[in-house]
Amino acid sequence: MTDTTDTGPVLAADGTPLKRSLARALRMQKMRALALIAPLLLFVLITFVVPIGQMLWRSVENDIVADTLPLTVVALASWDGNSGELPSEEVYDAFARDMIVAVNAKQHTRLGTRLNYEKTGISSLFRKSGRKIKKWDPVEDAPFKEKLIEVHDGWGDIETWRTIQAHSSRVTGGYFLNAIDMQKTPDGPAAQPEDKRILIKLFTRTLIMSMIITCSCIVLGYPVAWILANLPMRSANMLMILVLLPFWTSLLVRTSAWKVMLQQQGVINDVLVWLGLVSDSARLIMINNQFGTIVAMTHILLPFMILPMYSVMQTIPPTYLRAAKSLGATNWTAFWRVYFPQSVPGIGAGSILVFILSIGYYITPEIVGGTKGVFISNRIAYHISSSLNWGLAAALGTILLAVVLLLYWCYDRIVGIDNVKLG
Amino acid sequence: MRHQTALEYGEPILADTSSTDAFVEFERVQKSYDGEILVVKDLNLSMPRGEFLTMLGPSGSGKTTTLMMLAGFETATHGDIRLGGISINNIPPHKRGIGMVFQNYALFPHMTVAENLSFPLEVRKMGKSEREAKVKRALDMVQMGDFGGRRPAQLSGGQQQRIALARALVFEAELVLMDEPLGALDKQLREHMQFEIKRIADNLGITVVYVTHDQTEALTMSDRVAVFDDGRIQQLAPPDQLYEAPENSFVAQFIGENNTLEGVIKEISGGRALVELDDGELIDCKPVNVSKPGERTRVSIRPERVEYNKSRLQEGAHTLKAEVLEFIYMGDIFRTRLRVAGNDEFIIKTRNAPDVERLVPGQQIEIGWLPDDCRALDA
Repeated sequence: MTDTTDTGPVLAADGTPLKRSLARALRMQKMRALALIAPLLLFVLITFVVPIGQMLWRSVENDIVADTLPLTVVALASWDGNSGELPSEEVYDAFARDMIVAVNAKQHTRLGTRLNYEKTGISSLFRKSGRKIKKWDPVEDAPFKEKLIEVHDGWGDIETWRTIQAHSSRVTGGYFLNAIDMQKTPDGPAAQPEDKRILIKLFTRTLIMSMIITCSCIVLGYPVAWILANLPMRSANMLMILVLLPFWTSLLVRTSAWKVMLQQQGVINDVLVWLGLVSDSARLIMINNQFGTIVAMTHILLPFMILPMYSVMQTIPPTYLRAAKSLGATNWTAFWRVYFPQSVPGIGAGSILVFILSIGYYITPEIVGGTKGVFISNRIAYHISSSLNWGLAAALGTILLAVVLLLYWCYDRIVGIDNVKLG
Repeated sequence: MRHQTALEYGEPILADTSSTDAFVEFERVQKSYDGEILVVKDLNLSMPRGEFLTMLGPSGSGKTTTLMMLAGFETATHGDIRLGGISINNIPPHKRGIGMVFQNYALFPHMTVAENLSFPLEVRKMGKSEREAKVKRALDMVQMGDFGGRRPAQLSGGQQQRIALARALVFEAELVLMDEPLGALDKQLREHMQFEIKRIADNLGITVVYVTHDQTEALTMSDRVAVFDDGRIQQLAPPDQLYEAPENSFVAQFIGENNTLEGVIKEISGGRALVELDDGELIDCKPVNVSKPGERTRVSIRPERVEYNKSRLQEGAHTLKAEVLEFIYMGDIFRTRLRVAGNDEFIIKTRNAPDVERLVPGQQIEIGWLPDDCRALDA
């Protein structure tokens, strides 16, 4: 509270302003509190904030061209790629000098790999040329234009130089364009060729399947949470253990178990065939497709739905239902008008949790998803560990993060985030 | 609010039964939760229309269970519960048309006050304008007319209590059950609400079954009080009878302050019993639930009916010697603790009047009472 009269700010006994006095008194307390959380803060900073920040940066970072070919980038800047003519000797000279340095530092293959994302074939162009260029001398072997074209006719292709020019800036939107099935060409952004467009499809599939998984978790989890919240303590605890049991089992084991259950020679198909509901020749395909992913992930994420719902339902006294019934409401009306609205915060919390978890899920779709049931995260993993296109992986991850934040924002606008109770 | 029969709103069970004397009836009702212990044992109760009946008793005495059976949230294990002459054992709660005020009010937190009140009318498919009129009337009745747009969480405990009451009355139930409705309020508000509830109930002419463990509440509000203990009604009587003429030791002990002296019946004749107390002294009593000489008895005397001013005692009345142990000045009364016939906890209460002697600890006095005020009860 501030004193707004003519006397000015409130003063402490010794004449210093009260606010400063208070701040000084509290500083020690704050320092001590900070010291207590410092280890965690440091841990989070090092293991979470920094890597994520770096990953986000990687999605636009493009230092490799400018670092490996510094002279070439400068020389290429004045070349007009649309002129239809090859760059001048000046560019070739700069390029040769850069390459000699790069080859000796064994950097040229990395650059080749990077540019290969943009134009197929450049990788081998760099690798093959590297062996020859290694023996050159920047002064004695000049001029380089003919020599280079002789080494590989790729160097006589205007497109090669246009690609290098287009990707020479240190910051690029190319990865993001790739992430939405477009590419950065020397002529500006353009759509990927038909056969390479899969990421948008994967994004949509991930979102739709996550929604289906979230909905099935709500439908399956709500009654369980309700029973948990209304049983006597003893039985509720027993049931709670059953809910938590999957948590204590390895994720891999659970997913593999679904594989055993769902495959064509698996338990469910065997039973159906044995019962005569399905003929032996037409066994159901329930795995390595979207169905398999949805079933397995619903099972795995169900506890994340049940627990928040349960903790909210526990706080709803049973007298509300009784009161509603005493006022003349049927069981259904009492539930729908009185109980359900009060349990919505639990559904909201569970849904956010399940949706966000499933949107980034990796292991389960990888194992039971086949090709039709994989998520965007599997593609990210592919780019991280197989194609080594970390920039694209980072861009995909960034988009995923943005989508989650956007949904979170929408949820806040529609339901209100303070209505969410996690426990 | 003019009272109408609930029949208008399609409650099939509340047929017009104004000719029947008993509106609510329990006949040989028993209730057990676990099949081993009876929580309610052989309950018989009959209430006329318009009565305010309180079920009073310690916790676990079966009073709330009885209320819940009447409301339909518990089923009677045995026996018949009738409302307006019709058995309601198999009628679900929402068709009974009984208003109920819960201990913690149970106002729906996600609805405004007006929506809470409108709820029972909506489920009865009442039109919007009619609903609004009724809600307004009900709110005005509990003097909460300006609070329709508030949420329950924005109201104080007393205000929530009024809303809960209004909600139980808004659909014009003829029978309203109240389960310790004032338990959560502070003393002053509680006393105020007691009169408020009583006034509204009288104005509307509704029948009320009220559960409480607060005997003052029971005595001030009720037409009749049913004292519960051990799953039975120990006594069912108007407040004054209950206080002045308890029928057994439990009721005497439970209602108000009571002095107990133990002894054996020497003789019974002509509505008088001579009791020999354990220290050998003899007193005159009114036999209540004792029948023959030699039986052990507990003699009960109210503290304010004990006299130590000899001029106020009847000629020939038995007196007892007593030693003053403690004298407490309480303003309107004096409260004195005595040792009487070996009992150190014998309390007497005397009105603070100019001619009353103030006793001193250690003083030896003689006390007495009218034989009618001294009741020989079961041991």
